[in-house]
Amino acid sequence: MTGKIICSGFGGQGIMVMGKFLSYVALEGDKFTTYLPTYGAEVRGGTAHCMVTISDNEIYSPYIAEADAVIVMNEPSMRKFENRIKKEGLLIINKSLVNAKTKRDDLKIVEVPFTDIAAKLGNIKCANTVALGTYFSISSIASKKDIYSVLNKMLAGLRPEIFEVNQKAIEEGFSYDKPR
Amino acid sequence: MGKILINGNEAIAEGAIRAGCRFFAGYPITPQNEIPAYMAKRMPEIGGVFIQPESELAAISMVMGASASGFRAITTSSSPGVSLKQEGISYIAGAQLPAVIVNIMRAGPGLGNIWPAQSDYFQATKGGGHGDYRNIVLAPSTVQEAFDLTLLAFELADIYRNPVMILGDGMLGQMMEPITISDIKRKPDSKDMVPLDKPWALTGCRNRKLNLVASFRMREGEMEKRNLELQAHYKEIVRKEQRYEAFNEKEAEIIIVAYGTMGRIAKGAIKRLEADNKKVGLIRPIGLWPFCKDVFTKLFKDNATLKKILVVEMSYGQMLEDVELTVLGRYPVEFFGRSGGGVPTEEEIVKKVLELY
Repeated sequence: MTGKIICSGFGGQGIMVMGKFLSYVALEGDKFTTYLPTYGAEVRGGTAHCMVTISDNEIYSPYIAEADAVIVMNEPSMRKFENRIKKEGLLIINKSLVNAKTKRDDLKIVEVPFTDIAAKLGNIKCANTVALGTYFSISSIASKKDIYSVLNKMLAGLRPEIFEVNQKAIEEGFSYDKPR
Repeated sequence: MGKILINGNEAIAEGAIRAGCRFFAGYPITPQNEIPAYMAKRMPEIGGVFIQPESELAAISMVMGASASGFRAITTSSSPGVSLKQEGISYIAGAQLPAVIVNIMRAGPGLGNIWPAQSDYFQATKGGGHGDYRNIVLAPSTVQEAFDLTLLAFELADIYRNPVMILGDGMLGQMMEPITISDIKRKPDSKDMVPLDKPWALTGCRNRKLNLVASFRMREGEMEKRNLELQAHYKEIVRKEQRYEAFNEKEAEIIIVAYGTMGRIAKGAIKRLEADNKKVGLIRPIGLWPFCKDVFTKLFKDNATLKKILVVEMSYGQMLEDVELTVLGRYPVEFFGRSGGGVPTEEEIVKKVLELY
């Protein structure tokens, strides 16, 4: 099994954290993983993305030319990456910030208002965690035990309410298809 | 200890610390900034020295000074910064001092951009600075190897009293992978330690004969004598220190030669071609100087099916020349490369191989 995932959005939306989270979860499950960020000129408000591969076997290229799944947290990212997904692949869209429709008709498309959900939870910054929850829910690439274990490690030393809101964000993301 | 997830830059920094190195001097430049950042935090914690001097030239000169006093020392930079260090590297080689220099390459020439490239191969392996000298050059392709080869770099530098360069690219520096951290059994340097295993070091010459560490040799015949010593060293290094990974090479009809991150991407392309019943092998030089000529010589004897050799680089053909000098016309040597920030993909390499097949 190999999963190639691209996370993308504005700088400041926690895109790199999403990618690192995926790689940590892979490590927790004793899998091979590579995490390749964009680096250098990224600033808050600009676009940012990272590429994560998770596999049971040795990973050759950390660079992803054709992804199994792409998570787009804003509209420019959708334009940039909608053509970089394999046929029948997964496109997860942050409906709160993406109004346009994708040009692809050969994908599994999941639209969720991640930013609105995060705002309702009381911390707009955890929209990325909601999106991760949705990805985990659909891909079943990791167990909930591993996901929470990583959440614990990544948020170690921070205030308990930050852990709580992120835990809720994961759960909200998992039940992405419930009526709202 | 279990595996930890870190990027290539951090792996090199931690590797230097585990190798007992307690002296870092370096000036910031993308895409290697995680190394000085890591060192700035860790060195003071463990009684080491972190210094960000006024320039790259100052950094390499400080490394020369630390090394002359017997301490393991490292400086790191990226392509334009490594160009600035060349004077110092030549002096270090001339003075027969150990030193570890890291180049996390970005695209050039000039200031270029910050994206991955392999266009400093000539500079790293053919001198870079002036004079008849050689760097030992190691090229990691994974984050684990970045750590392991840093340990090795310090060992080789001390054994041969020669600069060792670690040549990676921005992709390797920035990417994270799980790695296993290991220690070497060497007491770390400390500020007040007089290194006993380096009798040549400048440690204050009370009660002993004067040591001389210098590259300046004015008296008649002296410089030539020093050069002959260096050449004898280099011959020994060529004999003993060729490193490579070979994969599917014995039955292959096409052999891809690629190093660093290109090596692992080429391996991915070979796996894809395998599924298509195409017999393609890999030689991935781990040491760039000395170049792994011996494995080619052996291959030409053992492999009866070989038709062509394909060199893949993130440059417009630099290692290519070493491959051509090794093959000496016995087989056609083809080339595929991109440079300027573009990284050849598995798909592009597959396409190129199919054109040649």
